[in-house]
Amino acid sequence: MKHLSKALMMTAVLGLAACTSGDRFGANGGADGYGAGAGAGANGGVVPGSANDPRSPAYFNQTIGDRVLFRVDQSSLTPEAQATLDAQAGWLTTNSDYLAVIEGHADEQGTREYNIALGARRANATMEYLISKGVAPNRLKIISYGKERPVEICSEEACYAKNRRAVTVISMGLGS
Amino acid sequence: MKQVLAQALALGLALVAALGLALPNAAQAQDGPLRIEITEGTIEPMAYAVPSFVAETPGAQQYADQITQVIAEDLTGTGLFREIPRDAHISRITSFESPVQFADWKAINALVLLTGAVSEQDGRVTVKFRIWDVFAGNELGEGMQFAATSDGWRRLAHKVADQVYSRLTGESGYFDSRVVFVSESGPKDQRAKRLAIMDYDGANVQYLTDSRSIVLAPRFSPNGERVLYTSYESGEPRVHVLNVGAVQSQIMPAGGGVMSFAPRFSPDGNKVVYSVTSGSNTDIYMRDLASGNTTQLTFTPAIETAPSFSPDGSRIVFESDRSGSQQLYIMPASGGEPTRISFGQGRYGTPVWSPRGDLIAFTKQNQGRFHIGVMRTDGSEERLLTASHLDEGPTWAPNGRVLMFSRETQGASGTSSLYSVDVAGRKLTRVRTPDGASDPSWGPLQ
Repeated sequence: MKHLSKALMMTAVLGLAACTSGDRFGANGGADGYGAGAGAGANGGVVPGSANDPRSPAYFNQTIGDRVLFRVDQSSLTPEAQATLDAQAGWLTTNSDYLAVIEGHADEQGTREYNIALGARRANATMEYLISKGVAPNRLKIISYGKERPVEICSEEACYAKNRRAVTVISMGLGS
Repeated sequence: MKQVLAQALALGLALVAALGLALPNAAQAQDGPLRIEITEGTIEPMAYAVPSFVAETPGAQQYADQITQVIAEDLTGTGLFREIPRDAHISRITSFESPVQFADWKAINALVLLTGAVSEQDGRVTVKFRIWDVFAGNELGEGMQFAATSDGWRRLAHKVADQVYSRLTGESGYFDSRVVFVSESGPKDQRAKRLAIMDYDGANVQYLTDSRSIVLAPRFSPNGERVLYTSYESGEPRVHVLNVGAVQSQIMPAGGGVMSFAPRFSPDGNKVVYSVTSGSNTDIYMRDLASGNTTQLTFTPAIETAPSFSPDGSRIVFESDRSGSQQLYIMPASGGEPTRISFGQGRYGTPVWSPRGDLIAFTKQNQGRFHIGVMRTDGSEERLLTASHLDEGPTWAPNGRVLMFSRETQGASGTSSLYSVDVAGRKLTRVRTPDGASDPSWGPLQ
């Protein structure tokens, strides 16, 4: 329980940081969820805000999965990606207080400018899919980081595959 | 940050004033046979000797030695010239005015001899020099002198080297120039980036931004006073314009979408071409900086980016994946139907038009390797100058004879550095920077 309460404190701090960013999406300058605010919703039974709480961002990030992966130089959604996004759309529909920034990323096998455009294609494909599943467009926006923010740093396909991604970063809306 | 730059600015102004004192009518075209042609084939570097410049005042010895060394590094770094080591010299130059013993320099096969002297007084350094055609036994052009505040001594050396280069090749030099680039630190997944300016050889690095936001691909204006770059400061990537002297930057309104990037100035500095992303689509736009008028130049659903003007401003080369993969195209500067110019294997990106107008440099990806290459403007005579895990983003030296680019090494500990390569692909040199570096943009000859 000790480290759990610590985790709660940390999410509370993150939430504050998101509020001061001045951007209603609360993802100013961050990547991969640096700006993800946390909901402190009170849920009976499970620890609120933990990955066991289906209404928590931690549940969204860990249990549903906050990211989808892409093939080399592609922005079309694989069946696996679509399944993840179906679940993301369901969560976003249920938890309508949250907004989401979809961050598009590319691996290092490409020129810088092209990869920004490619990351935008990936983020946009993800956003369009979520909209087609009922998420209101005004709750979503996209940013491309090109190849600037890899999560894996080896120069092999195992790493590249994880870097070719679109990450749905959720945050609380201003009205909540 | 501001303090450092204000200091740098003060130095710059002092230099400009000082260089105004250069002797008039000094650069005179020689008509002798001593000239090295810059060709694309293999050549034998021209042998030269440069004894340490004579210190004419008590405090000048250190400047004399350093200036001589930088001149030699500039010249030898081109690959066109080969320095004959000092320990092979027979004659000693002890006075700028004493006659040259040509036989002593012939004996060690020096074709060119460079002599000079340096004096220092009240914080100002003055350098004078003469270039000698050893086998003809006469002076090549007339002697010149340059002066600057003492902290500008490197520029004095570059000025002398530019004169030597120019008189021996018949082309303008590129040593007294600066490069704006992205200074990098930290591992790949936490890389901090900030804009910086340095001399072309990596000396005198000054930082223009802090590392709180991602910054990408700075581009000098033609006169070197402004820099376009892409910053994530507002969240999304947006084109910014930075005034180098005042160190003030602002977002350039892009029109058409939130994300804007890949900017470049027109040759007259009045317009900017750049990319705007809207949804999944990236197109090229042009903005007139005075009027604020924004024009969309491409209209396909493909990725169109990395635009670069021809030196006469009439055309724009850019990359597009409209054919299914990244390729190079040229269109009129007003937009309109483009012509594809790249047809080789692989993907072509980041085209840059040579300031001479004759060539287009590009990044090529093929079979898991990256190359910097050049082709003629009709796409013919493609030549690859480099090959590595990741080379990208070439920029031309102001005389169109050398390219600088970024090279990222492979693997988890990979870092990015700047390299230069001459247009014949003979001389590949790593540019010494204090930290990692990427995205160079070469400014004008000062």
